[in-house]
Amino acid sequence: MLSYAIRRTFMLIPVLIGMSILVFSIIYLIPGNPAQVILGQRATAESIAEVEQQLGLDQPWYIQYFDYVGSLLQGDLGTSIKTKSAISSEIFPYLMATVELTVVAMIIAIVVGVNAGIISAWLHNSWFDYVAMIFALIGVSMPIFWLGLMEQYIFSVQLDWLPSTGRYDASTVIEPVTHLYVIDTFIQGDFAHFWDIVKHLILPSIALATIPMAIIARITRSSMLEVMNSNYIRTARAKGLSNFWVVYKHSLKNSVIPVLTIIGLQTGLLLGGAILTETIFGWPGIGRYLYDAINYRDYPVIQSGILLIATIFVFINLIVDLLYAAIDPRIKYH
Amino acid sequence: MPLLQIEGLCTSFFTDEGEIPAVDHIDFHINNGEILGVVGESGCGKSVTSLSIMGLVPSPPGKIKSGSILFQGEELVDASEQQMRSIRGDEIAMIFQEPMTSLNPLFKIGNQLIEAIRTHRNWKHKKCKLRAIEMLKLVGLPRAESLMNAYPHELSGGMRQRVMIAMAMLCDPKLLIADEPTTALDVTIQKQILQLMKKLNKTMETSIMLITHDLGVVAEVCDRVVVMYAGKIVEQTDCVTLFQNPKHPYTKGLLASVPNIRSKTDRLYSIPGNVPKPGSIQQGCRFAPRCELAMDQCFTETPPIYETEEKPHEVRCFLYDKEGEPRHETTVT
Repeated sequence: MLSYAIRRTFMLIPVLIGMSILVFSIIYLIPGNPAQVILGQRATAESIAEVEQQLGLDQPWYIQYFDYVGSLLQGDLGTSIKTKSAISSEIFPYLMATVELTVVAMIIAIVVGVNAGIISAWLHNSWFDYVAMIFALIGVSMPIFWLGLMEQYIFSVQLDWLPSTGRYDASTVIEPVTHLYVIDTFIQGDFAHFWDIVKHLILPSIALATIPMAIIARITRSSMLEVMNSNYIRTARAKGLSNFWVVYKHSLKNSVIPVLTIIGLQTGLLLGGAILTETIFGWPGIGRYLYDAINYRDYPVIQSGILLIATIFVFINLIVDLLYAAIDPRIKYH
Repeated sequence: MPLLQIEGLCTSFFTDEGEIPAVDHIDFHINNGEILGVVGESGCGKSVTSLSIMGLVPSPPGKIKSGSILFQGEELVDASEQQMRSIRGDEIAMIFQEPMTSLNPLFKIGNQLIEAIRTHRNWKHKKCKLRAIEMLKLVGLPRAESLMNAYPHELSGGMRQRVMIAMAMLCDPKLLIADEPTTALDVTIQKQILQLMKKLNKTMETSIMLITHDLGVVAEVCDRVVVMYAGKIVEQTDCVTLFQNPKHPYTKGLLASVPNIRSKTDRLYSIPGNVPKPGSIQQGCRFAPRCELAMDQCFTETPPIYETEEKPHEVRCFLYDKEGEPRHETTVT
């Protein structure tokens, strides 16, 4: 297992190198002189030269690339043009806001989606199965911005149960430790604010969970149905095991691999910043951060954001691959 | 009282094309310590019979329509799921045709064996483990302790079938149902598995219902034989009589189509035609369209079961109308 994990991790190196080259070359894809684009039409020659020097654009491209990778390896993502501060420290709270939202959304999606899929397969062609699969179909086809707006209209405007936007009330003061505010307020024993944070999380996380939940439910169901017709399930029944054990032990473990794949991909997508959801719910996440950077043509921030999201995606896939091997002993040998 | 007594069992599958009677009014019994062979071509209802006994007929679409299955005097047909669960794997165990896919690929052998014991016995983990190792040794597997930590894919087909047998025998079942246990194995392993089953039958006094299409297997291990055709039992007698004096034209055809190492015929005999689709023959003897001795009567009436000679030898064929009295009329489907 360990040697498989190490081998699989080393296979990431070429991927990461490729990614850094792609992200690095973004600056060259800008039509015209990047410094000119950044500064706008009325920039003077001196200021352009200054920005060029600041970005290292006066150096040959390979030196620029090695400088870039060198500083990346030291955790330096460069400096934002807009705020003039280090991107690595600036991006962190945004990233954590997205992580918090994603984790909560994926927990909802996995718990509800997997169980709905299991029960649909177990009682397949029953009314539960039909109802669950109709909801799943609606879930995948629902435009997320519409769902978000409806949630806000019903639960904030009409019923006034939950706040409609933001991460916390304007009056709330939070001492960030991890920037995952649910955890921060909890470990500080600040339960009034903890509750406030949780209330702000509910609507966006449900909006964000809907599509993955529906996909997970459908994949789980079809994968379970296939497994439940197999010979070893018949053996498990012939042993006298209860339905619950047959389904949750013998069938689930065998059908979980396609489900894991989907969970990994969906988590990666959500961590990439669900720009629509974050915009509708005023969530200060990485999607919003990047969106603002694109508007301001803040190229170093755009580069760093893309690099970060891509790296997270790659590592989630690594984790999924390692989980495959942990679940299925036959995988290591291939 | 026999260990298992089946009377008038009907199991049907209800599909979009209508009802398909897979097993149609069958009667047989298994005595204590006996090996009963159930023989027939594919699709004649052998496996459905065994799944009916286990209460594992896939439902829907399958359903036991009528009849009775008495196991040690207890009725299984209307038993609750909970009652059936306590019998499955404990009193009645089953092994299947496909050893390659019958074990769960993601759990260790030991885990799967211990789970089978814990379902029925309230034993400590250690005791379950010792019992599992003991059974692995009994079925002739080497290095039983290390096998407990192996996954199914690390074992050969023959070894997996031995593990399946060990798993079935863990709780000392009274009845072992073996559904084509040797079909997927090569001949030398087949022989070993059959000898193992015979040994377990002798030492542990387990009755065995051996389902097979291979008459060689029957001759090797069985005490009595039931011959099935298209969901009905056509002949039932002890093993020696069946091979020496088969009565039903279908049985005769089956025996004639076994290659004989001493005969010089170029062409092997085969029964003309194919097994009818279940439910397609509504009237008369189901074998009549393929039978060389069929009379007019055979196409219009369902033959009853005739008991012949002094030995219990039952046959469902009008040819024996004069030899014995019909035991009972069975309903025409």
